[in-house]
Amino acid sequence: MAEFLDYFRKERLPHIWCPGCGHGTVTGALVRAIDRLGLDKNNIVLVSGIGCSSRAVGYLDFDTLHTAHGRALAFATGIKHASPNLKVIVMTGDGDCTAIGGNHFIHAARRNIDITTIVMNNSIYGMTSGQYSPTTPHGMLATTAPYGNVEYDFDVCGLAKAAGASYVARATSYHVTLLIDLIEKALQNKGFSVVEALTQCPTYFGRKNKLGGAVETLNWIKDRTVNVKAAAALSPDKLEGKLLIGELYSGQRPEYTASYGEMTAKVQRTYNDYKGGNRGCELNSD
Amino acid sequence: MAETIKLMQGNEACTMGALAAGLQFYAGYPITPSTEIAEMCSEELPKGGGKFIQMEDEIGSIAACIGASLTGKKSMTATSGPGFSLMQECIGYASLCEIPVVIVNCQRMGPSTGMPTSPAQGDVMQARWGTHGDHSVIVLAPGNVKECFELTFKAFELSEKYRVPTFVLTDEVIGHMREKVVMPDPKSYKMPQRAQPSTPAGYKPFEADPDGGVPLMAPFGKGYRWHCTGLFHDETGGPTGKPAKADALLRRLDRKITKNIDEFTDYFAEGLEGCDVAVVSFGSSAMAALSAVRRARKEGKRVGMLRLKTLWPFPDAAVRKLTASAKKIIVPEMNLGQVALEVERVVHGSAEVVKLGKVNGELFHPDEVYAALKEAF
Ligand SMILES: Cc1ncc(C[n+]2csc(CCOP(=O)(O)OP(=O)(O)O)c2C)c(N)n1
Repeated sequence: MAEFLDYFRKERLPHIWCPGCGHGTVTGALVRAIDRLGLDKNNIVLVSGIGCSSRAVGYLDFDTLHTAHGRALAFATGIKHASPNLKVIVMTGDGDCTAIGGNHFIHAARRNIDITTIVMNNSIYGMTSGQYSPTTPHGMLATTAPYGNVEYDFDVCGLAKAAGASYVARATSYHVTLLIDLIEKALQNKGFSVVEALTQCPTYFGRKNKLGGAVETLNWIKDRTVNVKAAAALSPDKLEGKLLIGELYSGQRPEYTASYGEMTAKVQRTYNDYKGGNRGCELNSD
Repeated sequence: MAETIKLMQGNEACTMGALAAGLQFYAGYPITPSTEIAEMCSEELPKGGGKFIQMEDEIGSIAACIGASLTGKKSMTATSGPGFSLMQECIGYASLCEIPVVIVNCQRMGPSTGMPTSPAQGDVMQARWGTHGDHSVIVLAPGNVKECFELTFKAFELSEKYRVPTFVLTDEVIGHMREKVVMPDPKSYKMPQRAQPSTPAGYKPFEADPDGGVPLMAPFGKGYRWHCTGLFHDETGGPTGKPAKADALLRRLDRKITKNIDEFTDYFAEGLEGCDVAVVSFGSSAMAALSAVRRARKEGKRVGMLRLKTLWPFPDAAVRKLTASAKKIIVPEMNLGQVALEVERVVHGSAEVVKLGKVNGELFHPDEVYAALKEAF
């Protein structure tokens, strides 16, 4: 591997994340997957929204775009559509991606546009200090769920698959080797790819729910998961309340920018001497 | 190819102006009365290798345009009231991050869903102050179909040159009206060009003269590897919480527009020399106003017309000049007095400002402005 820190803007370190936060682990996994594939640094655009997780892009040495809360995928769609040769990667939080940005998420999946999305899911709004998110499990505590979360959480991967993503996988900041492998595969998929990385927020999620520190919060995440391969041999009661990790879906569907390119090529064959539009009607001279 | 003469609709002329300026990317969401622009872009752009996308909402539309612009492509979206409201947060993003983008807002009656197919001019203040925080934008207001072409073209020039979100504020009548347009020979166009750095070595994405300079913009994907954030940032693009840096950034963004006002302020004037009464208007209201002014002038009244083509930054100097002779200034507009407020601020009591607001979803009739003129004399 190239020097790990060569992928970082060293002058921007140290990062803002709390001790024990899992976002750094996920960021590291992305960098390692990029390195393994030997992707050209100058051809990658990293896009994020707003949140602790979205701060990751500012530390990384690529063209990086830290956008508005929930909008990373919409900005990324513009980048990829306008310049399809760029490798576009989105780093987003559970709130950023599935609450305020939920609409862009399902539509990016529906288009199957070639963007790799890493959802850093810590089951909480970290940046605003611990409100419940669409992925906070039912009954868990948050600053806006002081009596336990009344709502039920999204299955982010199920949502992505149902909406049309062509590669869907889940890992955690505990299962780092798996996470790197899955991101590597996601980066190779020509289409909309989602890797959900369950990650610990000891400061707000762990402490509020009396899970202990970073290690205990990480273990709590680990204990919620079962590898999709192992799951095949387990009885349904053993899988009750568990989240599957591993590659959950991989399929082939037409990719948006490729389809648009084909349509454009056809249109251009018809209008091969296009001079910037010819609208309006001729005026009657009489 | 020489110049061509065409009969076209305002929305059509906006589209043609954008294409003439080198539009490469359009993202939008359908909304009356702007939708024709999206429809035409979906048809025209692929012919020249450009890109169209219908996004899931207007927030996504402006976001996608900003993303496309960051890769160096000239980008535009078009919308109307409710959609313009949804775009506001990202307009602030484009303003702070200095990303060129053009927005056509074909105004309709608001607030809320309002009267979707009726003209209005109620977004004047929103166009200036719609997003939170002090910020810079430029707003142009065509008064006829020909100007839809010219001012959309100009919006690209200004947006690319000053790296600022630029709006073309039309309305339902201007957008749907059909008029003769003389389109210049495409060979005579001076294509709007964004100033770019020549080498990544030592590139600082937000480095510029603190007194209103415009930094050079590197497209993404060309080895510059720069950071763009909606947080306050220093010259390197990195977020900063330093009060001095924040202050310098916001003041530079303001100065880069205000110091160049004279370069792009544009208006139409008739009979202002020595007038006793002046009419200040814009867009489709100005059509009725001008006809009333001409009628009064034929009757020997000393009345003049100032039609604003640049709405923001507000053309203070042009309005202030009116007070050299005018004792009264009548401001017909399809709202409850938004431009009139600015006129009041500028003349500062040295002339009486008459707010002639119309908010019933109908155009002004020349008689209404004529009646106001009669009363003024
Ligand atoms: C429009 C808007 N609404 C609300 C906020 C406040 N806000 C900032 S980050 C955030 C939540 C972030 O949560 P998540 O995406 O899960 O990321 P995390 O911080 O947990 O990594 C919120 C609500 C904002 N910045 N913009």
